[in-house]
Amino acid sequence: MQIGIFTVGDVTTDPTNGTTPTENERIRATVAIARKAEEIGLDVFATGEHHNPPFAAPANPPVLLAHLAAQTERLVLSTSTTLITTNDPVRLAQDYAYVQHLAEGRVDLMMGRGNTGPVYPWFGKDIRKGIELAVENYALLHRLWREDVVDWQGAHRTPLQGFTSTPRPLDGVPPFVWHGSIRSPEIAEQAAYYGDGFFHNHIFWPASHTRQMVALYRRRFEHYGHGTAEQAIVGLGGQFFMRRNSQDAVREFRPYFDNAPVYGHGPSLEDFSRQTPLTVGSPQEVLERTLGFKEYAGHYQRQLFLVDHAGLPLKTVLEQLDLLGEILPEMRKGFAEGRPASVPDAPTHASLVAAAGGGHDTTVHGVDDVTGHRAEEVSA
Amino acid sequence: MSVRIAVVSAGLSQPSSTRLLADQLAAATTAAVGDATLHEVGGGPEVVVDVVELRDHAHALADHLLTGFASGELAEAIGRVARADALIVVTPVFSASYSGLFKTFFDVLEPETLAGTPVLLAATAGTARHSLVLEHALRPLFAYLRAVTVPTAVFAATEDFGDSTLAARVHRAAGELAAMVVGRGGGRLGERRSAALPGPDEEFGEVVPFEALLRRSHEQ
Repeated sequence: MQIGIFTVGDVTTDPTNGTTPTENERIRATVAIARKAEEIGLDVFATGEHHNPPFAAPANPPVLLAHLAAQTERLVLSTSTTLITTNDPVRLAQDYAYVQHLAEGRVDLMMGRGNTGPVYPWFGKDIRKGIELAVENYALLHRLWREDVVDWQGAHRTPLQGFTSTPRPLDGVPPFVWHGSIRSPEIAEQAAYYGDGFFHNHIFWPASHTRQMVALYRRRFEHYGHGTAEQAIVGLGGQFFMRRNSQDAVREFRPYFDNAPVYGHGPSLEDFSRQTPLTVGSPQEVLERTLGFKEYAGHYQRQLFLVDHAGLPLKTVLEQLDLLGEILPEMRKGFAEGRPASVPDAPTHASLVAAAGGGHDTTVHGVDDVTGHRAEEVSA
Repeated sequence: MSVRIAVVSAGLSQPSSTRLLADQLAAATTAAVGDATLHEVGGGPEVVVDVVELRDHAHALADHLLTGFASGELAEAIGRVARADALIVVTPVFSASYSGLFKTFFDVLEPETLAGTPVLLAATAGTARHSLVLEHALRPLFAYLRAVTVPTAVFAATEDFGDSTLAARVHRAAGELAAMVVGRGGGRLGERRSAALPGPDEEFGEVVPFEALLRRSHEQ
């Protein structure tokens, strides 16, 4: 079981004192939070991708991930999410393969469609084609990482003839891919088709809905022959705010909740906590609630928490991570409880290399050393 | 066999003339379905009337606008409306149109939820000068939602509640709705292409297989 954090990189005014971090402060804080994640023993740090205020998330996550790769030793670096709709799949193939080399394989990524409408026209795309773009772009990305030379033609990008995406994935093994979607069954279907992971945000919507999306993905994963439904690779989000004393947590978090960018000025903290997986309380309460997720999602592979949003100051976020670190051993124990041996762990670079029968360099040289043929000719 | 008629009433006061009109329309529709199926073998269908008072869901509707999901009782009410064979919708007139609460309820429905559903439109106001709100505001709204509106929409000004001609209009509209429901063997025109999410206790039905998604993408 992988446990980690994910961020959207929002630059939000702290409602308790009216201060707003600068972009530089927010970016530095993100790095500090990722380093802290490794320090307390978390497995994953995932960053959002954004192209507009009020966010200071990277427009191209590998920029941040490469920096974090140099600053950490064990943490798996991921995204939440990488926009598969508006990014050129060729650049995704190249940038993420490059950072995979820098990070010695500690990289995976989560595909998403994005929720900011104008991003589509900014990048010359049509939001009404969101699903089609996600399907076509990923189909191309999938090939670019697996075939040395690609001939390709589609509806949404210029055709490719004899194209080699460089660098080739580390050890000949592409980064593992998750597909994130809150409410589009097509994306659960896409994840199932490829045998990739499916991640449900699990923050903004009721648990009953998460259960259905996950159940759909598991059923289709089995349908496509990647294993049994219980072997499908599932990730969930979650959010908490904790203090040793439950009342202190509620009192401190309430102004942040009430003014939060997404759900603020809407339902009460109490109602929203009932309706969604949000848990505001003691570490024990967070532990118990989190361990309840598997009751409706099944045994799963990755749990990511959102901890650094809504204007919470860096100091508070780091305290939250300290508290998470304290309950981490119990959380791991709880996740292992009753977990059938047949349920796999989340794929890592090491496990994917092993499954491929070992790693091998797949560098495509301009001219083949032995035959003198060019790459296109070797493939043909 | 039963016919489920959902009544959406946006009245705010207690008691409300909007609800009063809604109840009259529901009773008249129930009677009209009975009349229309009087001679059927084994008797006509049982009519189940289900009233959704939007006042009860006012807070949840505002929350839905902000959070993007329906909570508890609102989710159930939406589910009942989505599954109904026919709808009776009644709003008070506010500032020359339907009320904001009424509109909000229809704003939060998933696209295609009401596609093909027969709908009887009705409204109340203090004066009959507002009566064309039915034709100029409600009917276009339900046309957009791809619902099938019955030709007669019923408007009741306060003074109409003392006038027997209201009953005649109610009777006429109810007859039209009943004919639509009975004539089509219960409700909706054709299959819904609903992309609507399943209710809290439903699973996803058929999904579009990935090969079809890929093909669709290539055919753009």
